[in-house]
Amino acid sequence: MSTPVIEIRDLGYHYPDGTVALSNVNLHIHQGERVALLGPNGAGKTTLILHMNGIHLPQTGTVAVSGYPVTDDNLVDIRRRVGIVFQDPDDQLFMPTVREDVAFGPANLGLVGADLDERVNAALASVEVADLADRPPNHLSFGQKRRVAIAGVMAMQPEILVLDEPTSNLDPASRKDLTGILDSLDVTQLLVTHDLLYALEICERSVIIDAGRIVADGPTRELLGDPELLAEHRLGLPAGLRIDDLETP
Amino acid sequence: MSGSHVHALYRHGHSPLHHVAPQVKIVTAFGLVCAVALTPRTAIWAFIAYAAVVGGLIVLARLPIGFVARRAIVLIPFLLVALLLPIVGSGERVEVLGLSLSEQGLWDMWNVFVKAGLGFLVAVVLAGTTEVPDLLRGLDALHMPRIVTSIVGFAVRYIDIVGADFGRMRIALASRGYQGRSLATWGIYAKTVGSVFVRTYERGERVYLAMLSRVYTGSMPVSAVVAVPAAQWVAAVVLVGFAATVMLFSRGLL
Repeated sequence: MSTPVIEIRDLGYHYPDGTVALSNVNLHIHQGERVALLGPNGAGKTTLILHMNGIHLPQTGTVAVSGYPVTDDNLVDIRRRVGIVFQDPDDQLFMPTVREDVAFGPANLGLVGADLDERVNAALASVEVADLADRPPNHLSFGQKRRVAIAGVMAMQPEILVLDEPTSNLDPASRKDLTGILDSLDVTQLLVTHDLLYALEICERSVIIDAGRIVADGPTRELLGDPELLAEHRLGLPAGLRIDDLETP
Repeated sequence: MSGSHVHALYRHGHSPLHHVAPQVKIVTAFGLVCAVALTPRTAIWAFIAYAAVVGGLIVLARLPIGFVARRAIVLIPFLLVALLLPIVGSGERVEVLGLSLSEQGLWDMWNVFVKAGLGFLVAVVLAGTTEVPDLLRGLDALHMPRIVTSIVGFAVRYIDIVGADFGRMRIALASRGYQGRSLATWGIYAKTVGSVFVRTYERGERVYLAMLSRVYTGSMPVSAVVAVPAAQWVAAVVLVGFAATVMLFSRGLL
């Protein structure tokens, strides 16, 4: 089998106050997969993804991206390969205009001139926001901000796109637009969410994390069809919905 | 870009001044303000000459009088203080409309009025015809240290968000019956400001994480410098040169 894009072995992490955030986490994600990382609030989802691009370094165990271990020495290369879209787009869009913001990542990678412009235009087009290029981010709608945030990460041509709660605060129409866009992006994806229906729509595989441990890993439809498993980890489909009522797209 | 999506100080338009490179406008504005500030207050003819130049710029920028007048509100505190100068000033007194005023104070007041007024009008023309991102690019092109333009850029980017945070907390307070009319209850507002401060600090940390995730290594990317047509610099040199000549004449140096 090919080298996994993400390979996490026996990862453990505790905060300075001693709170255990992750213990014995094992996770492999292969190229082309779309994986949902599900879990209740405080399960360790965000802590886990911050290990994937070296914001946190492993205290025990290892994290490797496309075979390269995440260490202090190769952070630039790791962060180019792993693109994280954070939950609040206002935290991510800090440059004066959309175009400059999308250019931020590739410019840090050393791109200039026509190469940079080309990269930025392609990223903007991939999330259908080319017309917003010269706007300041504070004048965009929430759904537009989220798409621009994705463009900023896609401009780095990552090997895996990690999205933290991509559907939070989106209205149904924006959510549907986002589905289409994520579907059209040709990149490995990890969706962090507790929106189970969205996981079912986008991801064939799901991983459930609770209290810092991976407790389930399998086809999304199978995991969502196990009400006891979901209830045990403070997850669940909306009231009255059963997995058999839902079509997998 | 549609007119509703711009900063309040900017007025969307396509006047000749809107199309001048920001660095040229910044240098010109700085030159004009320096000339005004260095002119002796008694050289009234010089101020008339400056006013003609600035008036011409406003016409050229096609800024409506109403827009300029609304912006002028920021001047009011300065002008109010200046109004006191003839009353509290020392030296010889003159009778004006039955009031005994200090002659020195009257000149001081005139000095503040005319210099603040002209400086303000120059700033309105600059901000009214240049969007904030362009101003930052202009400062970059003039080799202002990146750290300074970055700080200004972040401030502009986040001031609305911090303001909105504060607004939401005020609404939440009011929704739970808070009225805040008496002085004694203002402590609550102080606490609100404190918690907005903490939230903003935490946001700063999240922004920094997002920057690191896109390979920030300590310096902001430099935006490409666009070539400025020579004619724009020539026009700037003529304007500032005229103002400088007027200033030197007024000081008896020419």
